[in-house]
Amino acid sequence: MANDAREGHTIEFSGLTKRFGQVAAVSDLSFTVPAGAVTGFLGPNGAGKTTTLRMLLGLVQPSSGTATINGKRYRDLPQAMATVGTALEAASFHPGRTARNHLRVLAAAGGIDRSRVDTVLGLVGLGDYGDRRVGGYSLGMRQRLGLAGALLGDPSVLVLDEPVNGLDPEGIRWIRTFLRDLAAEGRTVLVSSHLLSEVQQSVDRVVIISGGRLVYEGSLEGLETGGAVMADAPDRAALAAAVLAAGGTAEMTDAGVTITGIDSAAVGVAALSAGIPLSLLAPRHGGLEQSFLDIVGEGGSK
Amino acid sequence: MRFTGALRSEFTKLTTTRMWWLLGVILAVYVAFTAAVLGAAFGGLFPGAVETGGVSGLHELVYSVAVTVGYVFPVILGTLSVTGEVRHQTLTPTFLATPRRGTVLAAKLVTLFCFGIFYGVVALAASVAVGAPLLAAGDMVTGLDDSQTWLMFGRAVLAMGIWAIIGVGLGTLIPNQIAAIVVLLAFTQFVEPILRTVGMLVEGFAEIGRFLPGAAGDALVGSSVFAVMSGPSSAGLLEWWQGGLVLLAFAAIAATIGAVTTWRRDVT
Ligand SMILES: Nc1ncnc2c1ncn2[C@@H]1O[C@H](COP(=O)(O)OP(=O)(O)O)[C@@H](O)[C@H]1O
Ligand SMILES: [Mg+2]
Repeated sequence: MANDAREGHTIEFSGLTKRFGQVAAVSDLSFTVPAGAVTGFLGPNGAGKTTTLRMLLGLVQPSSGTATINGKRYRDLPQAMATVGTALEAASFHPGRTARNHLRVLAAAGGIDRSRVDTVLGLVGLGDYGDRRVGGYSLGMRQRLGLAGALLGDPSVLVLDEPVNGLDPEGIRWIRTFLRDLAAEGRTVLVSSHLLSEVQQSVDRVVIISGGRLVYEGSLEGLETGGAVMADAPDRAALAAAVLAAGGTAEMTDAGVTITGIDSAAVGVAALSAGIPLSLLAPRHGGLEQSFLDIVGEGGSK
Repeated sequence: MRFTGALRSEFTKLTTTRMWWLLGVILAVYVAFTAAVLGAAFGGLFPGAVETGGVSGLHELVYSVAVTVGYVFPVILGTLSVTGEVRHQTLTPTFLATPRRGTVLAAKLVTLFCFGIFYGVVALAASVAVGAPLLAAGDMVTGLDDSQTWLMFGRAVLAMGIWAIIGVGLGTLIPNQIAAIVVLLAFTQFVEPILRTVGMLVEGFAEIGRFLPGAAGDALVGSSVFAVMSGPSSAGLLEWWQGGLVLLAFAAIAATIGAVTTWRRDVT
């Protein structure tokens, strides 16, 4: 892989919204994906991850809002495949075409030198299987082929939708190192997953969505402490109202009020300014996975 | 620059699955069989027709089965070039590699036109290879030394090219593969033949019948079973160039409507 320092390409989502008829798949989503890091894009099934990525790539027309790479829409990039490499979920291949020919079709369209085809097949460990029809490929091999397609243009940005799905443990280990190396070269890597544990070890930052809305953006450490906050007050209803006003969500439980969306300091400030005496205020501990489930709320059980 | 890439991609796409030569082989066999039946029948029915000057143009009739029975093959190939991408969800990588969808469609139209031309050459080779010896055996004119015959070959090949892009248009209009093929077969095998037959019998109907795609295609080629059946005096067919333009118009209308409707849809 090229070792030259790359100019950083930033991905920017701004007010992105998509409705499929009655279904609000993505609602007013805004976040930024920096270069030189692996950003995990997390959320339970149906959270809107795939729809968001497809809007970024011009496959789905947003109802409103924009998604840009380096300030440009995907379709306005002069060299799409050489700028952004993509492997989307439900990796789509003609079953009767060989892997090598699949990549040749892509290389031709992207104006990419044919020699890259064998290079990327080797990179993803499919060097010996290039002349097999994709119809006979396992899910893991398809994932690797999808990744090979993403790497074809030696792009500065990688957008991968659930790339870990279907990989064997050895493949999962391989892709972790691989993504880290790509980011270390200065590339922008955005990788989605519905399981935090799948990407936990390879991401620098996470963006979490649930029900089509952003619920967390930041570091993994921040996620652990910034998960749910437990608070209680004699007047729980007033506390919940203050939390809502501060932009959080509040859920009444036997033990008090479970708050998500804002951290404990913000809860304290909200309570203070509303003049509510607190009897309890503490981040809820339970590890990353618990924080993740807290944050994604009901959707996480799907 | 981008268009040539898309064009090369479409050519590679078409040649890297088995469909194009499978359809090509069936086309050649089907056309050869039909030409054999016709050639043998005429050879036996009208022995010495040339000397008596009784019936002319039978050789063109035999050769033109390449289009008369073969035209549905380029249409199928063209349709599958679109519906296959929908069915196998390859529109995703296609549109990722070429984000301008109009460029993809244009590349498909050009590619399929070329493949239609190729199918035309294959089908004519089959009809001539089988038909000419049979005609010769029946002491009939083969017409292979006649420039008129070769002009007909040229128009036949052109017709096959246009039929292929009509297929692309149909695929964009009806992206569901099974639905598209059912509509195609129903129209070409039942609806249009019935309408054209009605057109021969009912006064006034023929005026409209001439503008049906199959009739326009026959007009372009200038010789077909239908043309012979309608005879020279009846409303008959359009001029060959008119037929070509009508056929082209069908292709353009289908592709344009498809381009601004289904081709623009979200790919999920
Ligand atoms: N083409 C579509 N038509 C209707 N609803 C859709 C379509 N695609 C996705 N959805 C809906 O949008 C929501 C988000 O889906 P998706 O983006 O696939 O989520 P994820 O990738 O996070 O699992 C889901 O409720 C899904 O059912
Ligand atoms: Mg998804």
